[in-house]
Amino acid sequence: MAQTIAVIDYGMGNLRSVAKAVEHLADAGDRVRVTDDPAQILAADRVLFPGQGAARDCMKAISDHHLNRAVLDAAGSKPFLGICMGLQVLMEFSEENEGTELLGLLPGRVRRFDPDAGEGGAHLKIPHMGWNRVHHTGGHPLWRDIPQDSRFYFVHSYFVDPVDKAMIAATTGYGIDFASALAKDNLFAVQFHPEKSARDGLTLLRNFLRWDI
Amino acid sequence: MLAKRIIPCLDVDNGRVVKGVKFVDIQDAGDPVEVARRYDREGADEITFLDITASSDDRETMVHVVEQVAGEVFIPLTVGGGIRSVEDVRRMLNAGADKVGINTAAVFNPEFVREAAERFGSQCIVVAIDAKRVSGAGGPPRWEVFTHGGRKPTGLDAIQWAEKMAAYGAGEILLTSMDRDGTKMGFDLELTRAVSRATPVPVIASGGVGNLDHLVAGVKEGEADAVLAASIFHFGEYSIGEAKAYMAGHGVEVRI
Repeated sequence: MAQTIAVIDYGMGNLRSVAKAVEHLADAGDRVRVTDDPAQILAADRVLFPGQGAARDCMKAISDHHLNRAVLDAAGSKPFLGICMGLQVLMEFSEENEGTELLGLLPGRVRRFDPDAGEGGAHLKIPHMGWNRVHHTGGHPLWRDIPQDSRFYFVHSYFVDPVDKAMIAATTGYGIDFASALAKDNLFAVQFHPEKSARDGLTLLRNFLRWDI
Repeated sequence: MLAKRIIPCLDVDNGRVVKGVKFVDIQDAGDPVEVARRYDREGADEITFLDITASSDDRETMVHVVEQVAGEVFIPLTVGGGIRSVEDVRRMLNAGADKVGINTAAVFNPEFVREAAERFGSQCIVVAIDAKRVSGAGGPPRWEVFTHGGRKPTGLDAIQWAEKMAAYGAGEILLTSMDRDGTKMGFDLELTRAVSRATPVPVIASGGVGNLDHLVAGVKEGEADAVLAASIFHFGEYSIGEAKAYMAGHGVEVRI
C-alpha cells in the first residue's frame, strides 16, 4: 500500500543522502517528503529523523523550526527512525558544548568518547569514523536479513548512554562497548548511518519502510 | 573493532573521469557514476572525487556528478578540488557529498575551516595536506606544506599544520606525500606516522601506492586510519576486494 514517508529537515547536515536512499528503496506509489512542516510530519505514515553537527546547534535548529512537538509526537506514535544526531537529541542531556539540554524523550545522557580508552592505553582517534561492527542484542524486525556483527558506517564523537539498558538494540566497541542502536515500541534509532552503509544499511532502511508495529 | 578504510580516488575533469581508468567490463570508463558503482560493488569503503576542472565556470558540472553518484551509490562520498567558500561546501553537501576536502583555501584562510566546521560539523570537513620533505642533511625529518600540486611552498610545517587544522575543526586529514605521489614507491611512512601520532583525528595516507604491501605498510607502519589510492585500482592491477583480502591476510582489520 502506498505510504507517505517524511524525512525531517531542520537544516542540520546532509539530509540529501537519507532522502536519496529512501527514494531509491521506496515503492512506486510511495511519497517521500523532505520537510520541516509539523503538519506534514504528523500526517506521514512513517518518519525519519536524521541529523549531523553539534548538539547545541541541532537543538537550536529544531526549536527555530518549531519542531519539538512534532518530533516528540511522531516518535511516540508511528514508525520512527532516528539517525546519528537524530538518536542523540532524543536523550535528556549531552556533554557536548559544555552541556546541552536535549528533547528528553528517552532517559539517559550523551557522553564523549575517552581518547585514552584505546586498547593497551593507545589513543583513540575522535571522531569515531568508519566501518565498525554492530552487535544486535535482540531480534528486532529492523535487523531482518542483516547478519550479526555486520559493519556499518559511523561518524561521531559522542555516544548515548540510556538509563534503561533494555532499550539497547545493538552495541559497538570503540574503547568501550556503547549503544549503537536503541529501540522502544514504535521508535528505533541508530548512531551509524544506514544511508551510507552499503547493502546492510539499505536492508535496514527497507526493513524500516516495511515495519508494521 | 573499527576497520581500516580503503578509498579509491577519482580525478574528474569537467564531469569525466580522467587519468585513464581502464576497466574492460564497464561500458564507459569515463563516466563517474559507472566507475563509482563498480568500486562500490568491489567493496570500497568510501569514494573520493577530486575535481581538477581548470575553469571555475565548469564547476557546476561536478555538482551534477555528485548528485548522480549519490543517487546510486550508498557509501560515503568525499569531494575535493576548488572548495573555497562556505557556499561551495553547502552546494556539495546538498548535492549528496558527505565530506568535502579543503586544501589551498585552508592555507590562505584557516578561518574558513573553522567556519565550515562550525556551520556543517567536523564530520564533513576533510583538510587535505600536500607535504614535501625538506629536512636538511643530517637534520631531523621535516616536511613542509605545499600548494598548487606541490609547486608552491607555504613555509608551514606539515605536522604543526595538521594539528592546527584538527584544532580548527577538521574531522579528518588527507595527507599526500608530494615526494611519493605518482612514484609507486609506497607512502612516506615516516611522514604518515608523524602526522597520525600528532593529530587526534583520523588520517588518510595518500601518494605513492604501487602494490598491496604498500597499503599494509601505510596502516601498520604509517599508523594511518585509511589508505587512498588511484592508479593501482583504476588500471585493474588489483581490485578493491583483492586489496582487502591481502590486508586481512596481513592482520589488518578491514570490512569484507
